[in-house]
Amino acid sequence: MSVLTRTPQFHIARLRGRNNEGVLLGIIALLLLLIAMFSPGTLSPAMFADILRSSVVNMALALGVLLIIISGGIDVSFTAIAIFAAYSTVVLMRSIGLDNGILPFLAAAVIGALLGIINAVLVAGFKLQTLIATLGSQGIVRGALLAFVGSVYISSLPSALAQIGDARLTTIGGSAVSVLVIPVILLAVGLAVVLRKTMFGRSIYAIGGAPESARRAGIRVGRVQTVIYIAAGALSGFAGMVHVALVGHASPFELVGTELTVIAAVVIGGASDAGGRGSVQGVALGVVLLALIQNSLVRLGVPGFWHTAVVGVVILLGVAIQAQSRRRRSKRSTILESAVTA
Amino acid sequence: MTDNPVVLRARGIDKSYGGVHALADADLEIRAGEVHCLAGANGSGKSTLIKILSGVEAPDRGEIEIAGTVTSKLSVVGSISHGIQVIYQDLSLFPNLTVAENVAMTTRVAGRARIISITAARELTLTVMKRLELDIDPDALLEELSVAQRQLVAICRAIANDVRVLFMDEPTTALTWNEVGTLFQVVSALKADGVAIVFVSHKTEEVFALSDRITVLRNGKVVAVGGVAEFDRDSLVEALIGRQELEERIVSSDVHDSPVLEVNSISAPGLFAEISFTAHAGEIIGLTGLMGSGRSEVADAIFGIIPFTSGRVAVDGHDIRSGDVASAISAGIAYVPSDRLTQGIFLDQAISRNLVASSISSLANKLGWLRPKAIRAGVDKLIDELSLKVGSPDDPVSSLSGGNQQRVVIGKWLATNPRVLVLNGPTVGVDIGSKAAILQILREKAAQGITVLLISDDVPELVSVCHRVLVVRRGRLVDEIASQNVTVEAVRERSIA
Repeated sequence: MSVLTRTPQFHIARLRGRNNEGVLLGIIALLLLLIAMFSPGTLSPAMFADILRSSVVNMALALGVLLIIISGGIDVSFTAIAIFAAYSTVVLMRSIGLDNGILPFLAAAVIGALLGIINAVLVAGFKLQTLIATLGSQGIVRGALLAFVGSVYISSLPSALAQIGDARLTTIGGSAVSVLVIPVILLAVGLAVVLRKTMFGRSIYAIGGAPESARRAGIRVGRVQTVIYIAAGALSGFAGMVHVALVGHASPFELVGTELTVIAAVVIGGASDAGGRGSVQGVALGVVLLALIQNSLVRLGVPGFWHTAVVGVVILLGVAIQAQSRRRRSKRSTILESAVTA
Repeated sequence: MTDNPVVLRARGIDKSYGGVHALADADLEIRAGEVHCLAGANGSGKSTLIKILSGVEAPDRGEIEIAGTVTSKLSVVGSISHGIQVIYQDLSLFPNLTVAENVAMTTRVAGRARIISITAARELTLTVMKRLELDIDPDALLEELSVAQRQLVAICRAIANDVRVLFMDEPTTALTWNEVGTLFQVVSALKADGVAIVFVSHKTEEVFALSDRITVLRNGKVVAVGGVAEFDRDSLVEALIGRQELEERIVSSDVHDSPVLEVNSISAPGLFAEISFTAHAGEIIGLTGLMGSGRSEVADAIFGIIPFTSGRVAVDGHDIRSGDVASAISAGIAYVPSDRLTQGIFLDQAISRNLVASSISSLANKLGWLRPKAIRAGVDKLIDELSLKVGSPDDPVSSLSGGNQQRVVIGKWLATNPRVLVLNGPTVGVDIGSKAAILQILREKAAQGITVLLISDDVPELVSVCHRVLVVRRGRLVDEIASQNVTVEAVRERSIA
C-alpha cells in the first residue's frame, strides 16, 4: 500500500466535509454564540424543542427533495403531493369511518407514491426538464385536490390520529417534543444508509454527476429515476400526514408555498443545483439552520413577510458558496517551478 | 498473432440515425492478444461501432459473436460481463465521485451488487494501480485530478474488470508524448496477458507504432482489413480518405519584416514568466510544449482571457490591456480556442449564424439593423474559402462532422478580418482530410499577410506549416527553432528535453 501524503489542505478539506457540512456546523455554532451574547435569555432548552418541532415536517420533505437534487433534477411538486396525500387520507378516513393512528401515515405515503408516478413518467419516460415537469404536476395535483377531493377546512381529526399528533416523546424545558420525531429520524438514517452503502444510492450520485457516463457504465438511468420520483412522492405523502397530525387539522391550502424553504435547506446543506452532490447530514444541518434563523427572526419581532426574503437570501448564499468551492476545485494548477516550491 | 482465436466478431452491422447511414454491413474481427487499430476519418462510423459492441446502442441489423454465443444485440451489463471494456474519448467518468468509486463502478454494475463497500472499492483500486505502477489517491475526487490522471483512472476502471477486449476511443488526443509512452507500456503489458486491444486513432504514426492489425472504415463501410505489414503510410492514408495526401513542409518564404504581434516579457504568477517574441506579417509561428507547460495559458493571456501582471502585448504598436478580451479583439486578434464544443461554437445554431457571430457588427447598418443580403454574401464567401461541405447554411452546426465544425470556428474568426490569428490545437480530434484543409487555410491566410500563432503538440503539423517554432517548458520560453532547423526530430527532441 502506498504512503499517501496528507497535506494540511487535506485536513482542512476533511474538516470542511465533502458537502461543506463542517462550514454549516460552524455557522450554526456562530449563530448560537451570537444569540447567547446578545439575547442570553432566549438560548433555552425550550428554544431547542421549538426548533425541533418546526424542523420535523421540513426534514421529512427535504429527504425526498434531496434524492431528486442529487440525481440532477429539481422538484417543486412535493408540497402539493404532500397536502394532497394527507388531506385525501383524512377525507377518506372520515367518509369510511376509519380511526387508526398508524394506517393514515402509510395510506398517505402510498397516495404520495402514486402521485410520484406522474413525475416519474414525465421525467424518466418523456425525458422532460424536471423543473417544468414538476411545475406542471404541481398544478395538476393541486387543482385535482381542490376540484375532486375538497376545499373544506377540517378542524378535527379522527381521534387516534389526533392522539398521535399530540403524543409527547419527552418534554424539554416545558416544551413538548412529538413522538413523530422518531419515524422522521429513522427515515433519515435509512436514507443516509441507502445513499452511502447501496448500489442504488451510488447510482443516483452517478446519474447526477454524469448521466451519459452512467448509461455507458450500465446503470439503468430511467429505472433509477422512476424509483426516486416514486420514493420522493411517498416521502412527501408521509411528511404531509406528519404536518396534519402535528397541527391537528387538515386544510388543503397549507404546505403549498413552503417549497422554497425546503429547497433552501437542501441546497445550503450541500446538495448541488448541478446534481451529484449532497448528503442527509448536510440536509439535517440545513433544516436546523433555517429553523434557527426563522426562530430568531420571530423572537426579534421581524414581520413574517421578511422571512421569505431571508430564505431567498439563504438559497443564494448556499448556491454561491457551492459555485465558489467548485471554482476552487477546478482552479488551474501552477506551472512555474518557483510557484510550486513557494 | 493471426492464429490467435477470435474473441469478438461482428457481422453485417447496420445502423442508421434518422436519415444518416452510420454503418453499412460492417464486419469486425478481434483476436486474443492483438492490438487492433480501428482507423477512420470523423463520421466514418468508428464510434457507432464501438457503442454497438459495448451495448450502448442497438444495431438495426447484423449479429455479434462473443465467446461462442451469437446475439443480435448486447446490453451494457452483458457486454461488460463478456469482458468488453471501453475507454471513451470523453472518458465517461464521474467527476463528483472518488477515484475508488469511479474504478469500481462498472465492476459493481456488472456484478449486480446491491450493497457496496467503500473499503473493497479502495482495495480494488490500489490493486489495479499497483499493477500499473500508479500512485493516485483513491479517496481524491475525480474532478480534482489532471486530465492525464483522469485518463489513467479510466484505464484502471477498464482493467479492474475481467477484461478480454479493451476499446480505446482516441486515447492519446488529450495526452502528451510522455503520457502516451506510459499508455503504450500499459497496452503492451495487457497484450502480454492475452487481452485484445482495439484503439481508434487519427494519427498514422501511432497506428504503425502500436497495431498488429488494422481495420479501416470509411463512410460506414469497412474499406480495408489486414495485418500492419500489409499497409504503409500512403496506402493507409489512401484507405482513410480515399486519396493520397502527404504532410509536406510547405512554407512560403514570403514573410514581411514588419512586426505585427509583439509579446514583450509577459508574466502571470504561477503560470508563466518573461515570455517574449515578435511575429511578423505573413508569418506562421508554432508554440509548442508538453501539456501543462503553459503554452495554452500564454495564448489565453495574449487574447486577454488570463491577465498578465507585467510586460506588454501589442498589435501593430497598439498595446492590449491585460485581461481585456474586447481590447484584444479590437486590436485585431482572433482566437480559436482548444475546446471548440464549449468555447468556440453554438452547436444548435445555424452554420450561417455561427459564421457571422464574431463579425456581426460589421454586417449591420448605422442603426444597428442587420443587412440580410450582406450576411448571406459573407456566409457564401466563407463557405467557399473554407471549402465547407454543408447541405444548407441554415443547418445546425451539430449536423457537421468534427473537422467541418472546426472550420466553422476558424471561419467565424476569419470573418472579422483579423491581423493576428491565434489557434489552440485546431486539428485535435479532426480527421486527416479536414486537417490538411485547415493547414491549407492557415497557409493561405498567412500569404494574405495575416500573422498566425499556432499552439499545438502535433509535431508533423507544426513542421508542415510553421516558419518558426517556439518551445515552452514549465512556463518559460526555452527554445526557438529557426526556419532552416524545423524538422520533426528537432522539434520533438527539444520540446521533451
